[in-house]
Amino acid sequence: MYQDVILDHYKNPHGRGLRDGDAEVHHVNPTCGDEITLRVKYDGTTISDVSYEGQGCSISQASASVLNELLVGKELADAQKIQETFLELMQSKGKLEPDDAMEEVLEDAVAFAGVSKYPARVKCALLSWMAWKDATAQALGAADAERKTA
Amino acid sequence: MTQLPGLLDTEAIRKDFPILDRVLHDGKKLVYLDNAATSQTPRQVIDVLDEYYEQHNANVHRGVHVLAEEATALYEGARDKVAAFINAPSRDEVIFTKNASESLNLVANMLGWADEPYRVDHDTEIVITEMEHHSNIVPWQLLSQRTGAKLKWFGLTDDGRLDLSNIDEVITEKTKIVSFVLVSNILGTLNPVEAIVRRAQEVGALVLIDASQAAPHMPLDVQALQADFVAFTGHKMCGPTGIGVLWGRQELLEDLPPFLGGGEMIETVSMHSSTYAPAPHKFEAGTPPIAQAVGLGAAIDYLSSIGMDKILAHEHAITEYAVKKLTQVPDLRIIGPSTAEDRGAAISFTLGDIHPHDVGQVLDEQGIAVRVGHHCARPVCLRYGIPATTRASFYLYSTPAEVDALVEGLEHVRNFFG
Repeated sequence: MYQDVILDHYKNPHGRGLRDGDAEVHHVNPTCGDEITLRVKYDGTTISDVSYEGQGCSISQASASVLNELLVGKELADAQKIQETFLELMQSKGKLEPDDAMEEVLEDAVAFAGVSKYPARVKCALLSWMAWKDATAQALGAADAERKTA
Repeated sequence: MTQLPGLLDTEAIRKDFPILDRVLHDGKKLVYLDNAATSQTPRQVIDVLDEYYEQHNANVHRGVHVLAEEATALYEGARDKVAAFINAPSRDEVIFTKNASESLNLVANMLGWADEPYRVDHDTEIVITEMEHHSNIVPWQLLSQRTGAKLKWFGLTDDGRLDLSNIDEVITEKTKIVSFVLVSNILGTLNPVEAIVRRAQEVGALVLIDASQAAPHMPLDVQALQADFVAFTGHKMCGPTGIGVLWGRQELLEDLPPFLGGGEMIETVSMHSSTYAPAPHKFEAGTPPIAQAVGLGAAIDYLSSIGMDKILAHEHAITEYAVKKLTQVPDLRIIGPSTAEDRGAAISFTLGDIHPHDVGQVLDEQGIAVRVGHHCARPVCLRYGIPATTRASFYLYSTPAEVDALVEGLEHVRNFFG
């Protein structure tokens, strides 16, 4: 379960710390007390930054770092595809062997395949991704609202 | 092998627990250190459960046939065993519930619906402590919200004890009920019953003691405690899940109203109203957990055959050894009393910045089962400024070698995440 990639991200997280954003969310995992505060910054439909601060186990912290590395600079549609693919992998209960196509989409995030065998830990891995999805909905919802009133 | 004074013959005892022979993860011997969550079940209890279902299964207090009479005798026999085990003055003071949570909720609901002088309402106060399990917090929050009664609590000292310095302000003439844990499931602290009971009696408040982490580990004498109610659960004391106990003083059980209505708890029923059976049946609506009560009776026989004072001495020796060994692990901080005095065999700790989930997972890979998280006592984690802890908890079959395995496992965790 603890792949080197996961431990590397845990020990040397990418993009950690809160910076300017269009929306901020705070998500918790009540079963283990993992917490994350996450902000997204959009430039049109391009993700210009995902910043975060949190506490929790290596899985939840490494997952947030991988998210930052994968999503920053991406178009929203591409990011959504990555998020959905990661969700599919994490909900596979260890039965899904990532193929080349999946590896191409997920890059470092395929290292979490082993985590999907541990039901208690899946939520840890998904915490930042659910927070990102929520923050994105708020940020772009707000942008939609601004366009409509403009 | 480490020899400590007071240890039980664990080699013999462990033969009674088939599960302790399990081998996990490609050849790792199970080291079960999650006894505060649930204890393992000896062959003697498993056999009684099998025999009950194979030979005697029937509903209780109903039929006139042989099986119904046998099942009733076994179920009521288990009540006798519980009564003797806790030194209850009368067997009618022993109510079977499904777990300690139900026992605690039952008292909260008795008091919420009671007449004077017991009734908890908006002008009265409820007292608990900051080290309670959620099951001794939430029922009182519910009662407080529903009645307007004020919920108060004792805080904690830095070394994991109750802060009773303001006891006269916390327990007042308005206090109707003081409910507290005898041994904390997260800190391991053994609380000073006498001081709290004396103050409660001064102001005429009832006292409920949550003995879930005490009944399995030490002699329990409800008369010596001088409480009004004592709650505990079967599955932490070598019994099956699904069976708990509420002991209450007879005159209180006579005066207080029932909570759950149904079969078994009545005397006569018409379409307009009913009269109730005397306690304990008044509080046991519906078909009870029969096999589970019988199993608890067998667990009590098992524990009594070893001797609760001997179990206490064994666990004290193991705890002393574990505290000594754990404090030698770099970066390890015990959350709770840092000596074996006035504490039980559940030891919570943090290990540097390594999250307890990671500690627990890497220990599991070595076959070592511990509990991680907030242990259903989140206010304790908030009090000590930590998100969660890792908890190792011992029982009559725990050995010094298992303490050593834990300490080695923690070294491995440190190297892994270091």
